[in-house]
Amino acid sequence: MSTTIYSARKIITMNPNQPVVSHVAVRDGRILGAGALKDLEGWGDYTLDERFADKVLMPGMVEGHAHTMEGTLWRNVYVGWFDRMDPDGKVWSGLKSIDDVVGRLSEEERKLEDPSTPLSGWALDPIYMDNRRVTRHDLDRVSSSRPIGILHASGHIMNVNTKALELAGLLKPGVNHPGIPLGDDGLPAGELYGPDAMTPVGPHVGFDRALTDCDERGLIDYAKLCVRAGVTTSTDLAAQLTDDSVAMMLEVTGRPDFPARIVPLRVFFGMSAEEIVTYVVKLKSQSTEQLRLGRIKAVADGSIQGFSARMRWPGYYNGAPNGLWYTSPDQMLELYKRALAAGVQVHTHTNGDQATQMALDMLEPALKAHPSPDHRFTLQHCQLADAAQFRQMAAMDMCVNLFANHHFYWGDEHYRLTVGPERAERMNACRTALASGVPMAIHSDAPVTPLGPLFTAWEAVNRITASGRTQGEGEKISVAEALYAITIGAAYTLHLDHEIGSIEIGKKADLAVLEDDPTEVDPTELKDIKVWGTVQNGRIFAAEDL
Amino acid sequence: MTHLPVSVIGGYLGAGKTTLVNHLLRQANGLRLAVLVNEFGELAIDEDLIEAEEDGLISIAGGCICCSFGNDLIGALQRLTQMTPPPEHILVESSGVAIPGAIVSTMLLSEAFRSDGVIVVVDAETVQQSARDDYIGDTITRQLSDAEIVVANKMDLLPAASRDQLMDWLADAAPNAIVLPATRGQVDPAALLGAVPNPGSGSEASHSDRLFEGMVLAPDLGCDTDWLAEQIATGGFGVIRAKGHLRNQSGAMTRIHTVGKRWEVTHATEDHDVGLVCLGYRDALDKSAIMRLVEQSA
Repeated sequence: MSTTIYSARKIITMNPNQPVVSHVAVRDGRILGAGALKDLEGWGDYTLDERFADKVLMPGMVEGHAHTMEGTLWRNVYVGWFDRMDPDGKVWSGLKSIDDVVGRLSEEERKLEDPSTPLSGWALDPIYMDNRRVTRHDLDRVSSSRPIGILHASGHIMNVNTKALELAGLLKPGVNHPGIPLGDDGLPAGELYGPDAMTPVGPHVGFDRALTDCDERGLIDYAKLCVRAGVTTSTDLAAQLTDDSVAMMLEVTGRPDFPARIVPLRVFFGMSAEEIVTYVVKLKSQSTEQLRLGRIKAVADGSIQGFSARMRWPGYYNGAPNGLWYTSPDQMLELYKRALAAGVQVHTHTNGDQATQMALDMLEPALKAHPSPDHRFTLQHCQLADAAQFRQMAAMDMCVNLFANHHFYWGDEHYRLTVGPERAERMNACRTALASGVPMAIHSDAPVTPLGPLFTAWEAVNRITASGRTQGEGEKISVAEALYAITIGAAYTLHLDHEIGSIEIGKKADLAVLEDDPTEVDPTELKDIKVWGTVQNGRIFAAEDL
Repeated sequence: MTHLPVSVIGGYLGAGKTTLVNHLLRQANGLRLAVLVNEFGELAIDEDLIEAEEDGLISIAGGCICCSFGNDLIGALQRLTQMTPPPEHILVESSGVAIPGAIVSTMLLSEAFRSDGVIVVVDAETVQQSARDDYIGDTITRQLSDAEIVVANKMDLLPAASRDQLMDWLADAAPNAIVLPATRGQVDPAALLGAVPNPGSGSEASHSDRLFEGMVLAPDLGCDTDWLAEQIATGGFGVIRAKGHLRNQSGAMTRIHTVGKRWEVTHATEDHDVGLVCLGYRDALDKSAIMRLVEQSA
């Protein structure tokens, strides 16, 4: 029962009673107290640890919507447009042309000995390259004998080379599939849109079918990324949670050196509402300190840039037909009713505003049937919600987790093509959410965008798009509000705000250790603050020692 | 390579897909059907039909099986082809919000399968109202526009006076489909699945019951099989399905399939008996007109 008191240059507590303190005392992995040294001394014997004397501490950040598969994806070659740090801390430079992509792939290809080993890459995003179409011929320049597959940043498109198509039996004329465009020669061009088109080829290019779940090494690598980003608790927002994967996650997260608390949600696919609620209730009882089970993720619609999100009138700006329901309104209603009755929380992916309205319209009768104070049902992404919808969320005590990062990476595309200027300006409306009184978090959806709550906060504060435009001045929030959203705000959406999210007596000793002060730097530099590492349950994890 | 016939059964929740599937399993009559469902919870197989349940696979009396495909339809279909013996016909029961045409496109990426028809089940009483629903209206109209056979289920709940109006509405909404009115999913499996026995020359098709009737065409000489198949499918002669083998004008054996208004003529090996069975409603099948077609196609 030893006590360590850490001093720091500054400690931002997120506790309004004492927003800034100089010391934090830790005992048994929990915060014994925060305040001035003299106030903490009353707890008895302690060791003063001054290693953070020049650091700024804030509560360990909480990522409320990410996928641990990011850890697994890093075993493929990174070919994204933006610089991105891998689990080992190496920053891979962004690639600005197809030639650069081919160059890096060729470099990695030369390292492979067995000529039949597939080469796989990820995070390609040709929208930044004037939407130039990548074809199998481009990838054939890397190798014509080895199967190659490159997953796009969105996760919804894959590029493959000729060999991969051949192995999948798709290099033939007469292919008639909306997700498989043909080249001038009548053969598939090498682009595969959507899981239906990707699935037959994926296994030949190193992308397994169950892409949504991480494996053991992936989970360990993901946790390293958490440390580098200052994250001490992260969701894994759409897991299959089979017996095997739960057993693996329990074992890995239970290791003494595993640095993060993982909150996996079972995705509502492949099971009926009745089955999944029973399944998740059973999972809940297996929860540990580091693995919090017992929540459900439902998916109402698709993605906006994939034109599969469900839109209300007048629909897509470019006239594309309305998107697809991934879960029908009737199933959603049944899920909500059963989950509320069983006390199980549901997070619902809604991208388009019609999907958001559907979730609201289904939750209302479910709540009438099963009044549930403090249910905290959360809408995830909820990118196009308007003010009336936020008011309705508030009236039903719902939470929202907005996709701030998306606004940076695809905001220009939404302005120009998908939803048009007016709705692009109000996308991910953080200001409206807060003004309406809806408890709010903001997220990265890693691997879709990089894990990094300080970047996410920066984007919610500045609303800058990749091209450098400010989009949606009126929806900006303050730095303080953004820091709240990535700590207590996200913790609240997970019913964990009594344990984490602030540096406060009795809570977990979860800290983000920063080289600079997010409340003092210029708000446009929030994303550039260096993360030294984290403290999680009192254990210290320095990024450079990982 | 044999192409395993696959029928996709779509339609919104509550239309009666599961009732129909149970009916088909009950009436399979020795045909080894494999039913793939999106998720098990949606499929309430009648308990008296279930023989065993193991590893996510339900065995059903008469050699049929049922399993779920989750997110991987192609994988599940491929596993079925590897079974011994393989099923003779696969039914894919899609989720209530799936667009069946998309499932067919994906399935046809593999050469192991042949689309044996997109069947969309609708609730005769409520479908027109559902098609105007803000949330699911366009999903239902997209499903119907892909349909080759529409099973208008729960006809008993529809007042007689509304039936013609429904048929007119369906003719617009599902322009490529033949509509089969039904109650509690009672549809002749032969009409629905094209699981018509290959006919011997001159014999009366044996599957017909009081509602449906079959006829067999077995011209002695070769004929314009493309023209004939197209006429049978689209000419309004009351044929729901046709299946069999005929020689074309150059004397080569061809395999003919029609379902609804879609027709398909492919090359076949010589080891088939000549004969094309056409199946339709007893009161709608225009047998004499069809016989005239055969003469014209010679």
